[in-house]
Amino acid sequence: MSSSTAQLSAEPAQGGQPGDPLLVVKDLRVHFPTADGVVKAVDGLSYTLERGKTLGIVGESGSGKSVSSSAIMGLFHGSNAQLSGQIVLDGTDILTLREDEMRRLRGRDVAMIFQDPLSALHPYFTVGSQIIEAYRVHQSVSKKVARRRAIDLLDRVGIPQPDRRVDDYPHQFSGGMRQRAMIAMGLVNDPSMLIADEPTTALDVTVQAQILDLLQDLQREFNSAVIIITHDLGVVAEMTDDTLVMYGGRAVEYGKTSEILTHPEMPYTWGLLSSVPEVTGDTSAKLIPIPGSPPSLLNPPSGCHFHPRCAFRDKVPGDLCRTTTPELAPGGRGSSHLKRCHLADPESIYQTEVLPEIAPDLVDLLAEENT
Amino acid sequence: MSTAEHTESTGSDDAGEPTQDASKDAAKDAAEARESTFVTDAAIDPFEGRAATEAPKDAKPILTVDNLRMYFPVKSQGVIHRTVGHVQAVDGVSFQVVEGGSLGLVGESGCGKSTTGRLITRLLTPTGGTIDFDGRDIAQISQRELKPLRREIQMIFQDPYTSLNPRHTVGSIIGAPLRIHKIVPEKQVLGRVKELLEIVGLNPEHYNRFPNEFSGGQRQRIGIARALTLNPKLLVADEPVSALDVSIQAQVVNLLQGIQQEFGVAFLFIAHDLAIVRHFCPEVAVMYLGKIVEIGDRDSIYLKAHHPYTQALLSAVPDVKQAALGGRRERIRLTGDVPSPINPPSGCRFRTRCPIAQEICAKVEPPLLQIGPKHKVACHFPGEITNHPKEPVTAPLLGLDNQGNVDATGSVTDHDQLSHPGYADTWYDLGTKSFARG
Repeated sequence: MSSSTAQLSAEPAQGGQPGDPLLVVKDLRVHFPTADGVVKAVDGLSYTLERGKTLGIVGESGSGKSVSSSAIMGLFHGSNAQLSGQIVLDGTDILTLREDEMRRLRGRDVAMIFQDPLSALHPYFTVGSQIIEAYRVHQSVSKKVARRRAIDLLDRVGIPQPDRRVDDYPHQFSGGMRQRAMIAMGLVNDPSMLIADEPTTALDVTVQAQILDLLQDLQREFNSAVIIITHDLGVVAEMTDDTLVMYGGRAVEYGKTSEILTHPEMPYTWGLLSSVPEVTGDTSAKLIPIPGSPPSLLNPPSGCHFHPRCAFRDKVPGDLCRTTTPELAPGGRGSSHLKRCHLADPESIYQTEVLPEIAPDLVDLLAEENT
Repeated sequence: MSTAEHTESTGSDDAGEPTQDASKDAAKDAAEARESTFVTDAAIDPFEGRAATEAPKDAKPILTVDNLRMYFPVKSQGVIHRTVGHVQAVDGVSFQVVEGGSLGLVGESGCGKSTTGRLITRLLTPTGGTIDFDGRDIAQISQRELKPLRREIQMIFQDPYTSLNPRHTVGSIIGAPLRIHKIVPEKQVLGRVKELLEIVGLNPEHYNRFPNEFSGGQRQRIGIARALTLNPKLLVADEPVSALDVSIQAQVVNLLQGIQQEFGVAFLFIAHDLAIVRHFCPEVAVMYLGKIVEIGDRDSIYLKAHHPYTQALLSAVPDVKQAALGGRRERIRLTGDVPSPINPPSGCRFRTRCPIAQEICAKVEPPLLQIGPKHKVACHFPGEITNHPKEPVTAPLLGLDNQGNVDATGSVTDHDQLSHPGYADTWYDLGTKSFARG
């Protein structure tokens, strides 16, 4: 604990000041020992997040995006997972907390919205009683006050007739309403940090748009920091300030969202962009899948985890991709854009080889921007 | 086995001889073409991919669905289960799929798109309407008559984890249709299975493995191989990629497109992802609460959508390009949820959430009116975004005044012109307000 505070004094993290990083994750490792060996679900992840800002974490299933966020919630306390590194939330290192200390923090300072609201809500209790419980665990208030708070929040997230719906069971809500109820439950204690794990994946596009609008409004109102875990680059583009691309338990690209999505420097990010058709794009543009399948975390590939699926590894001299793990380091576009790749000049490859194939109309746009 | 079935199968065996050979050659080519995409340690061409397919212009419709309806009874609780209402899952849907073409069916969950798919594969028997497949109405035919038909229409399911029997090997899963329909002698089943595995980009030597040994994308390929076993003419793909990771989705979409090009299979592509549908299907139908609200070719729907629901759907899709511009786009916000299909709103079913709804919308259901060479829309006020007409364009056609009351002076346009499943040569021009030929 003392060592972490000493390190923190180098970076201002007193908490409360707008603009200070609220969350600092440093060299986080989450390893699960199994009968077949150690699964390195998260392997050396670092990022910071300020109040009022949104971070998008993108990656395939098994890339470690959900596991890293569960670690912030302290959900691995008491399991056999081996955690190392630091998760400093508002001056407190979560990894050094005891379980009872974590319980006081969880739900009050950091809350989570889960992907599937039907399985995350208890079917046996009314929506209202679940929200009231979450409130009364952290605040010493009467049931009556808590109930009023629950109704207020249900109203705030756009549930019609909240004073009646508060006594409904989860199955009486539609998918979008359940997700709203989950958000209400997450926000009931005004947490400074909200983690949304695929908040809209199970929803239809029109409902997704409603939920994203709601999250954005609430974030402005409460000035909380939000982490959105998703695989939808469109959601990332419209919702987030920063983007972290994860692959095989590691961050492979990290920077401002506008930077990452317009000037990506890592072939995996290119692959993600090129494998998704766009609703406004050119239909003659081809879908270029990333070949192969995601790596096994039990036996990850040597060197760069992405090299067996990378189409550009012949552009790197020698056998570097296979033998040496590249560092997450600034590329050619300044210190705020980090990438984990050996390619010397990814920008020119992207502009000349990748972009014309996936979005011919964007080439002109970027050319204009550069002149 | 019935005699009718017997003659059916032998008949198509004779006819099937040359196509079998042709498909073998095609399969070989396909496998060679795919070698570079799927074998990771060979040289990878990063730009392997296929542009969207277009069906030939004069292609005949292979599937014509006319006024298809499916009502599921709602039973009361208690000892005696009385029918107290009906879920109108599909209510008067008409469309055509041409040979080798593909029609996309999009809409929110609960709009009836999956039910439509299940009706066409006859996993459900429709309440009403006709399904004309290859010149024959299959809507009400018996299970026995259906068996030979199953060779022609196959389905690809959404969830690759639950749609494969975990206790059967891949070889027996893919070989089952061959054995059931006695397409090839028992000795040749394995060879054909290996061939199919190769077509879908899997290692043919893996026929002895169980589904749990494969990843999600590979399982979906097994499902596709099973659907291809009988050389179907129509594939109903119900959300074939929505359970897969993004990077794997593109592989499967490219595989389906390759299959369509090699074998000329027609597709009914059901999905909620508008971008994938746009990429795969030259024609798209948008469903809302059991009805088609807009149908047309790709550009009509995605560039010149005339129905407010289609416009709202399109504006709700998050766009990656927004990153270059920053922030979120202005969107049409739809409030509330989809109404219950047990008791749908009167008139136009979208009116309760529609930003431009007027009195007439509650009284009269708008017909699916053809407004372009390949564009139909069911709205009283069809128009491009922010440019909807003030007066209901459909009122004069239906013999109504602008509030939706019956107008004694008006004449009613022939109903056939408003409800034909395909596209007519003449259509209602929104500019001149008359039926015209382009």
